[in-house]
Amino acid sequence: MNSPKDFEDGRQERERLAEAAAEDAQLEKALQSFRLSVHAWSEAELSRPRTATVAVRHWNWRLATGWALGCVLVIGGASGAVFERHQRQVEQARIAAERDAAHQRELAAEKARMDADQLLAKVNSDVSRSVPDAMEPLAQLMYDDGNQ
Amino acid sequence: MAAGTMMEPMTMAAADESAAQEFSSIVATHRPQIFRFLLASTRDPDLAETLTQDCFLKAHRNWASFRGESSAMTWLMRIAINLQKDHWRNRRMQFWRQTRTNAVDVDEASDWLPSHESSAEARLLAREQVAQVWRAVKGLSGRQRTVFLLRHVEEMELAEIAQATGLSEGTVKAHLSRALARVRAELGGKR
Repeated sequence: MNSPKDFEDGRQERERLAEAAAEDAQLEKALQSFRLSVHAWSEAELSRPRTATVAVRHWNWRLATGWALGCVLVIGGASGAVFERHQRQVEQARIAAERDAAHQRELAAEKARMDADQLLAKVNSDVSRSVPDAMEPLAQLMYDDGNQ
Repeated sequence: MAAGTMMEPMTMAAADESAAQEFSSIVATHRPQIFRFLLASTRDPDLAETLTQDCFLKAHRNWASFRGESSAMTWLMRIAINLQKDHWRNRRMQFWRQTRTNAVDVDEASDWLPSHESSAEARLLAREQVAQVWRAVKGLSGRQRTVFLLRHVEEMELAEIAQATGLSEGTVKAHLSRALARVRAELGGKR
């Protein structure tokens, strides 16, 4: 003897199966309509007289546009590369000029330092030669004492 | 001997004539089906017509190599599928050459209704269902769409679809199952 729960489960199962069957029927109907629709469309297209259109002009426009776009891209790319190279050369020349200027400044500073040293040495030499003149009387006295 | 040399060219000419007639018969029989499949695949009547002509041109060139291992229909369908694939591949590669498409919109494609629907309500319901199936078909992958159309529009058997597509029957079943699940979901089914 079935319990009320079994009875309820059976009822739900029957409802689920009925729902699935309805869905399957709907799917089957939709697929059939789709098939017939495609067949009708295809037959209509096959029986439709066709006119050949000349597409050369469109093609020429597309070709010309494609070439123009390609040329613009190539020229743009080449110009960019040349500009970049030129900029790099200018920058390298500037760096080289700065380096030369710094080197020249170092040489000039070195030369100036050497000139100053030479001048100081000359002054010392002059002083060392002029001082004995001032001491000449004492030297003469010492010379005279020695002779006596 | 002289009779033999005269007969040989006549026999070859007769064979050529016979082959031409046979091929003409094949074209007349299968052209609508090939065109229909390509039309459903591309939704572009002009493109479908062009690909159909290419298909029969290719078939004519290779007619001598057709050994009859499969039916002529399966052989032709295989050529059509490959041409369609080549077309889309070339179009992707040469995107700058062809910028416009003549593909018919899904809703417009649904305007072609089966003529047996009696009431206006039934016609409206059928139109809506056809539009939903078209939308689902549009969302399928290339292989799923091909398998689905061959099964549910051309009503080919799974083995024939496997031969035409070069897939195994198991793969065909898997693609078909996924395609049907998508159609079912589009129709509002829960499973």
